Amino acid sequence: MLLVIEQLLNGLQLGITLFLMSAGLTLVFGIMQVINLAHGSFYMIGAYVGATVTARSGSFPLGIAAALSAAALAGMLTESLVLRRLYKKDHVDQVLATFGLIMFFNELTRIVWGRQPLFMDVPHWLSGSIEIIPGIPYPSYRIAVIGVGALVALFLYFLFAHSRIGMQIRAGASNRDMAGALGINIKRLYTLVFGMGTLLAGLAGVMAGPILAVEVGMGESILILTFVVIVIGGIGSVRGAFVGALLVGMVDTLGRAFLPGFFRLFLSAAYADGVGASLASMSIYILMAAILVWRPRGLLPAHA
Amino acid sequence: MFRTPTRKSLSLVAGGLLLLCLPPIAHLSGEPYLISLFSRILIYALAAVSLDLILGYGGMVSLGHAAFFGIGAYVTAILSSHNYEGIAILPWPITLAGHASALVAWPLAMMIAALLAALIGALSLRTSGMHFIMITLAFSQMLYYFFVSLEAYGGDDGLSLFSRNALPGLDLSKDTHFYYLCLALMSVFLVIAYRLVHSPFGMVIRGCRENEKRMQALGFPTFRYKLACFVIAGAAAGLAGALVANQTEYVSPGLMHWSRSGVILIMVLLGGTGTLFGPVLGAATFLLLEEFLPIYTEHWMLYLGPFLIVVVLFARHGLYGILVGRERDNG
Repeated sequence: MLLVIEQLLNGLQLGITLFLMSAGLTLVFGIMQVINLAHGSFYMIGAYVGATVTARSGSFPLGIAAALSAAALAGMLTESLVLRRLYKKDHVDQVLATFGLIMFFNELTRIVWGRQPLFMDVPHWLSGSIEIIPGIPYPSYRIAVIGVGALVALFLYFLFAHSRIGMQIRAGASNRDMAGALGINIKRLYTLVFGMGTLLAGLAGVMAGPILAVEVGMGESILILTFVVIVIGGIGSVRGAFVGALLVGMVDTLGRAFLPGFFRLFLSAAYADGVGASLASMSIYILMAAILVWRPRGLLPAHA
Repeated sequence: MFRTPTRKSLSLVAGGLLLLCLPPIAHLSGEPYLISLFSRILIYALAAVSLDLILGYGGMVSLGHAAFFGIGAYVTAILSSHNYEGIAILPWPITLAGHASALVAWPLAMMIAALLAALIGALSLRTSGMHFIMITLAFSQMLYYFFVSLEAYGGDDGLSLFSRNALPGLDLSKDTHFYYLCLALMSVFLVIAYRLVHSPFGMVIRGCRENEKRMQALGFPTFRYKLACFVIAGAAAGLAGALVANQTEYVSPGLMHWSRSGVILIMVLLGGTGTLFGPVLGAATFLLLEEFLPIYTEHWMLYLGPFLIVVVLFARHGLYGILVGRERDNG
């Protein structure tokens, strides 16, 4: 039972990280109609800048602030230099160009930080553990990650549903030309939305820093999971991204934790571990295929 | 009687002659490694042409083409390793033994790749556009993780072949023999693909790229046409995989990693989508850059990335479009 709750919390934490990644990316997909493979690069930039600033200054909040500004700046710069020219192009051109961006950012990171992975310490004031449910200690850092993610989700909800800028973003998404004719600066709006997306990716990256190793290529592994989340949730839908992220986080974590044990009930131990492990690593893709058969446009499509 | 040579026919003849004469040139100039480099180019060209068939003509942007490439390689390697160890792959209910003959292994690699393409295609083609890209990507990653955790066949470390496959009349362990075989197979597939896109079947496929709804209104079952095209491309990529397993005598899950799909896609776009000959040029350009750029700088990717962006922004029809000018459209 203890293990189940702990794994549920781990699943929640992965889900929240995935939500931060997919919220920005799904908007870029949905509003600008552009495939951006380089979103993982901003996750990586956030993690590297955060780890470096934290190590140099000794202050984790300062590291987060630096990571967020670096990711947002890099994002807005990339949007205005490259992405902006891709909005009217075919998807396949966008794939190629953003693949080129991945190569560029990965190599640049290797030049600046070298090939060795960086490690980031959990700040001492978050290094203990809390018993949220009596008898079950859970690392406070992971609790903090879950809390920050939940706050971001709430903030995004109010931003989109109840603010002027949210209204403008929704207007731009449903009809770019009309919104432009009504006096919204679409160009600036797109740069802003893109920068917000990369800021969230940078936040996800810096918060994942103390949990994972900070290395080149970390962006690509989470990017694919993010794609799965977005396909499950429905392209362009932030609510869909939230549901999809939690679903993927849970299925992935619980599958890895419990599938081998489940197969041991009726298979030999070595065989069960093999089958369990391979099914667990495939589970989210199977989930995605199943949802696709059931609802090809995702669970909560944006323009239903 | 005599047509004036066009830029297109000149480029094709020059390219063909170069590929035909490469082994003697390589031996004479004392650079025999060029033969294996160009075998690799031909193999990737085969994979890239097959992707161009669905991408350039069918408008299906697949970012999971390496799945078929990788499965072809694994089928070949698994058959070969079982043959070497003398253990049947499936003892029951039907006995399935390993095999070292190319005549068995390669058609089987193509068939299994085609089956997989039928399965993935049937699910993915329910969607289009951005969804299709991401779903093909996710399926190939699923396969990648399957082979990473398949400890029986090496898992993450991959699987070595004990020797290349046997083919009557040829000695595939000789690089020159292997090179000409790759050249022959790639050329045959180019001819097949050329005939295919200019057949009524190809017209329907190209029609779907332009306007699928209209093709449906004309009464064509577009889903079946697109799926058939997807399966043909998958089978050809499976053959390319079987060849690459023979060339390197080693397979690993990395063959089906999504970045490999990205590389094959780059070859197609670099050469020119919807041109068939373009992807061959693209494969050659990419692999030659990958081979020779590291001599000048360790950080060659820093230059290759922006180069790709420039190609997208300024060379709409890839290198082949630059080479042959306007005649590209004639096929």
